[in-house]
Formats: sequence, structure tokens, C-alpha cells
Amino acid sequence: MASSFRLRIVTPERQLLDEDVEEVIAPGAAGEFGVLPDHIAFLTVLAAGRLIYKNGGRRHVLAIFGGYAEVADNVMTVLADGAEPVAEIDAQRAQQVLRDAEAKLVDLDPTAPDAAPLRRAIDESTARLTAVAERV
Amino acid sequence: MASLKIIRKRISSVRSTQQITKAMKMVAAAKLRRAQEAVVQSRAYAAKLSEVVASLASEASLREHRLVRVRTPESRVLLIVLTADRGLCGGFNANLIRQSETFLAREGATPSLAIVGRKGFDYYKKRAVEIREQYVGIAGRAPIEIARQLVARAVELFVTDEVDAVYVLYSQFRSALSQTPTIERVLPIEAPAAETDAGREYLFEPSREAVIEDLLPRYVEVKIFQALLESIASEHGARMTAMDSATNNASDMIERLTLEMNRARQATITKELMEIVGGAEALKG
Repeated sequence: MASSFRLRIVTPERQLLDEDVEEVIAPGAAGEFGVLPDHIAFLTVLAAGRLIYKNGGRRHVLAIFGGYAEVADNVMTVLADGAEPVAEIDAQRAQQVLRDAEAKLVDLDPTAPDAAPLRRAIDESTARLTAVAERV
Repeated sequence: MASLKIIRKRISSVRSTQQITKAMKMVAAAKLRRAQEAVVQSRAYAAKLSEVVASLASEASLREHRLVRVRTPESRVLLIVLTADRGLCGGFNANLIRQSETFLAREGATPSLAIVGRKGFDYYKKRAVEIREQYVGIAGRAPIEIARQLVARAVELFVTDEVDAVYVLYSQFRSALSQTPTIERVLPIEAPAAETDAGREYLFEPSREAVIEDLLPRYVEVKIFQALLESIASEHGARMTAMDSATNNASDMIERLTLEMNRARQATITKELMEIVGGAEALKG
């Protein structure tokens, strides 16, 4: 029984993380899930939200914006559409973006093509804010 | 022989052109380094995603998926052309456009275009081919955003039966000196061959079908995204090479003009001397 497993987080734009960790809590499409060493092979769609991982007893938090997570042979690979460590997040800016996007979305026909990027902005800002709120 | 003054003027004009091309070369080199870095950074994601798709390749729901099934004949084809916004990069845009013309001519059927980059758009806007999408002024936008929009549109056209296949034409980055225009089919998706150790059984969440449904468009997205990154790297590479040879040409030209200027000066001096000597001789007589 292994005491740790590998966590790799990659986005189309960069490789964010490649570390041994003891536990991961990730935002699955069907709700949050936790991963511990020797997890069963698992493939899931991720929602935008916060991802927490622990190594050496320390908690680290990232905001991720959807994607997939694959767990196999004690390697968890997160294919995120985008991800930001908490240190990179500007909470005030995220709040501002969130307010702006929500205000714009209210006046918009939900089927309009412009609505999709706004919804995306809302999801991403919310993910950023949840991640920041999680910081210990 | 041109007068001294004219030659001097030309030399200084060539010299200032050379300064510009030299600066452009250095800017392109810096941008190229960043673009290459982006290409490398994107590889891990792309490789992992293909691996996941490959591990699902034997799944019936993937084989029969509407984005995978091949339609025959391919009578309406969408070609995505990735060009640059700006010129002064050697044959970069011209090569791509020539390649696209060959492709459109051969396809015979009704082709339509989605164009990225002002150069490609400027070329095709006056022509008979239908342009369904265009993205100009790409420099300030994140390539991934362009890729997402482009693919969303392409998938929509494909699914609603507006087109039977989607191809992408982009400039593959080999080195700063060599970029090759390349055409690849993106829709229907050519799933990577199933892995040999495909015995791995995943637990899927929310469900196998939902995962595949979500995975396939993203697979196309990453393909276009990578093509876009390669295209950007190629553009900077081509510009760097073009500006380097322009700088060298300017050096050669300055050298030649300097020689010519010296000759002209020498000739004037000789002529003046002859006149003085001639005058002196005349006075003696």
C-alpha cells in the first residue's frame, strides 16, 4: 500500500504540477470527490471549482476550470481547461469580473451566442473565489 | 556615374532600412522563443488527451459517434486556414495560400473556408469561395480562445450536416528556417489506434457516454490549438529568417554603394587635378 501517489495537472497552455501527494479533493461533474493512494482506475469530467491536494501535511489549493481527471496506477492526471494556483488569483478582480458578467447576462437572451462566454466567465470567477476562500 | 550626393543619400536610406529590419529580426526572435515554449508546454496536455482517447478507441460508442463516423462522399468540405495577420515574413502567407488553392481546386466539391489571420482573409474576401468564419487581429487574443470558438463553430456545421468534413491547413514548425504547410483532417475525428494494453477498465463518471461526448470535441480543440501554436511559431520563425536576410542584403548594398561612392569621389578629384594641371600648363605657355 503506497502512502502517496503522483498528481499531474496540465492545461493546454502549461504544465502546472507534477508532484507526489497524499490526498486530492477535486470538483467532479457529479460532485466533489476525494482520491487517496491505490484508487481504482477512474475517469471523470470535472466542473469548474477548487482542487485541494495535500503533501507533507500541507494543503494546497488551486482553481480549475473544468476538464477531466484520470486516475490509474497511482497516477492522477488532471487535464484542466485552465488552472490557477491561489497565489496567482486576484480576488478583487475575480469579484469584479463576476459582477460584470452577471449584470450583462441578466439583459441577455439565454440562447444568444454571447451568453456562453459570459457563463464561462461566471464559472471561472466563482471557481477562483471558492479557491481563495479555501486558503488556510 | 551617379553624383556623390545621390549615392550618399541612398546609403543613408539603406542604412535606416537596415536598422528597421534588424530590430524586426530581434523582435521576431524573442517572440519565436516564447512561441516555441508555448508549443512545448502544450504537448503534455495533448499527449495525455490522445492517450485517454486511445484507451477508449475500442469502445463502440466512440467508434459510432457522430463526430467519428466517416461520410462518403465528402461533397462539402470546410477548410480552416491558419495564416498570419501581418506580412514581412517571407513566403509564409503566400505558401499557405498557394496550398489552400491547390486543395480547393482538387476537392472539386463545394468547399468553404474558415480563415484565421488578416492575410488569408484579404486574399479570399474578393474571391468566389464562401467564407464561413474569419478571425483577424489574432495577436492580442489567447490562441486557446480562438481554437475553442473555431471548433465550436466547426462542430456545429458538421453536426448539422452543413459540411461533411473539416480540414485544417497550417504551417508546421520544423525550425526557424523551415516551415511546411500541412493539411490535416480534424472532422470526422480519426481516433488514435487503440493501445495494446487496452485492458484497463475505467470507472466513469457521470457515465461512459457522457465522458466520450465531452472528450471528443475537446480532442479537436486541442488539435486546432496546437496547429495554431505551430502556426504562430512558424510565422515568427519565417519573419526572423526573412528579416535576417534583408539585413544581410542591406549590408551588401551599403558595401556596394560605398565602393561606388569612393570611386565617384576619386573620379572628381582626378578630374579637378587634371583641370588645375591643364590650367597651369596653359598659363606657362
